[in-house]
Amino acid sequence: MYRYDEFDREFVDQRIAQFSDQVRRRLAGDLNEEQFKPLRLMNGVYLQLHAYMLRVCVPYGTLNSAQMRMLAHVARKYDRGYGHFTTRQNIQFNWPKLSDIPAILEDLASVEMHAIQTSGNCIRNTTADQFAGAAADEVADPRPYAEIIRQWSSLHPEFTFLPRKFKFAITGAPHDRAAIQVHDIGMQVVRGEDGGIGFKVYVGGGQGRTPMIAKLVREFLPEEDLLAYSEAILRVYNRYGRRDNKYKARIKILVHETGIEELRGDIEAEFEKIRHGVLQLPAEEVRRIEAYFQPPAFDPSANGARFEAKHAGDPAFAAWADRNVHPHKVAGHASVTISLKPIGGVPGDASADQMDAVADLAETFGFDELRVSHEQNLILPHVRLDDLDKVYAALVDLGLAEGNCGLITDIIACPGLDYCALANARSIPLAQEISNRFGSAARQREIGELKIKISGCINACGHHHVGHIGILGVEKKGEELYQLTLGGSADENTSIGSIVGRGFDGEKIIDAVETVVETYLKLRANDNETFLAAYRRVGDEPFKEALYGTA
Amino acid sequence: MPAHAKATARIVTANRLADGEVVWLGHNDVWVETIESARLLEDEAALEAGNAAAARAVAANRIVDVDVIDVTREGSAIVPVRLRERIRAAGPTFRKDLGKQSQRASDAA
Repeated sequence: MYRYDEFDREFVDQRIAQFSDQVRRRLAGDLNEEQFKPLRLMNGVYLQLHAYMLRVCVPYGTLNSAQMRMLAHVARKYDRGYGHFTTRQNIQFNWPKLSDIPAILEDLASVEMHAIQTSGNCIRNTTADQFAGAAADEVADPRPYAEIIRQWSSLHPEFTFLPRKFKFAITGAPHDRAAIQVHDIGMQVVRGEDGGIGFKVYVGGGQGRTPMIAKLVREFLPEEDLLAYSEAILRVYNRYGRRDNKYKARIKILVHETGIEELRGDIEAEFEKIRHGVLQLPAEEVRRIEAYFQPPAFDPSANGARFEAKHAGDPAFAAWADRNVHPHKVAGHASVTISLKPIGGVPGDASADQMDAVADLAETFGFDELRVSHEQNLILPHVRLDDLDKVYAALVDLGLAEGNCGLITDIIACPGLDYCALANARSIPLAQEISNRFGSAARQREIGELKIKISGCINACGHHHVGHIGILGVEKKGEELYQLTLGGSADENTSIGSIVGRGFDGEKIIDAVETVVETYLKLRANDNETFLAAYRRVGDEPFKEALYGTA
Repeated sequence: MPAHAKATARIVTANRLADGEVVWLGHNDVWVETIESARLLEDEAALEAGNAAAARAVAANRIVDVDVIDVTREGSAIVPVRLRERIRAAGPTFRKDLGKQSQRASDAA
């Protein structure tokens, strides 16, 4: 895992001192809210419905057990005993006092964590495949590149006041688990014709009120040009991105309005000017960063014999493992998804006790590594197959043993109107109702892979545009109203879902989801045809008819 | 209650600067932590006085994010018209152990 060097340490310490003084001056009345708000946002502090909210960065979703225990400590000491893992692989605390935030940041810094650039019109946390460094299908671990992007983009003077926020996502595998095509810049690590590492670069994806799938801007970018090309894109965006209208300020609008051909010309021209300059990555520097991400000492004798026996003899364990265990690049090992979606639970929430217990599991069975996925689950990326039954037994005790990864109850939901100052409708209670409605093990498995994503407003933090079934909450005449979209997806075949018809009120939306699911079950070609495949085959019509009749 | 029910009065709400706690303007310009103690502003003069009190509290760096909201009276209860404000007055709808409602529950216990 990455460890702070002296520059990182000094940077974080200086920022804490600076922000602590700003908080002090605000509380003393030396700064007013207009002056203070941009400062607190730069440090991840929002004001939400009930209280302040602190968003803590989990760089590319990677953390160790000491860091997870610190998050538990913050939840317990300064908050209400829980935290909320987000679709940006970060964690949010919903109830901190402003006056406690300097102390929280100091505690976090003691384990090399911070809240810098988790808000504001700057380059945010680069998100990555949650199985990075572990997945069997990976070309290379994308996290060293994410870390290089982090170092380059932290407090970058040219990109601290962009037209709007800016999000990178990176995957090292051809099967995209990081939703790279709905990010401002999406990168896929690939090998070039000469076998060298490089990137397929996408630009201008995003969700929000104007969802766009990113355009492929470069088929192959050599490793050494990662930063020069990123800087070229950011420069073109910074120069031409719209600042007149907040809703048209993301790079996706620039790409859409300018056209990718012309924009590619601008980017390439800028790139040519700077590509052989200071941003050219020396190979030895990349190798130095890579050394931080060296895989742990895997067990060469691990063979999975115990796992096979347990799998054959324990149906509950087998059912969980079949969904939540992912193939690992090293024989005898696996990656485990710890579902934060217990039936009827709050997607992404974990109690302080659960965080501590998961940290214990990482330490005992997981080479001290943990991940947060953008689907709001936790991951043990490296576990010996023969330890899986012990991990499972511990998860059962914790109430985190739901084997629902990728199933209908593995729902992404934004905080919605229960917490968020921007929301128009609630999201979490809907997720809970859907989870309860479809929660039986048999029913979930019969339905198969089906991703439901719920947003409580058009900003789309709950990724509804790319849900196989998406739900968007809006406010209409003072009531919550929910729009259904079908056919979205956020993998290597990304698609934006289309609105199926008029919305449903809070009482009817769960029935509508059930109607869609039942319609799918009736029309699927066979038990293996997923909802998304069936939808792509038959289109909207059968679902419209089932929901609204033929009139 | 339908959210578009006709408002009968207004109240002033904000968050307390130091801890973010949701507060409402009460009698004697005290900022109170429960909506039941909020001061109903039933005419333009009362509204003007409420706004002036809020402006003073903002200037004194005691509160942030001031909003004037519509409410109805149901018996002795003050009920905000918008769901958003009802949630602010109570807490998350799916966790009764959080927010103001948790305090009320423990008071009643």
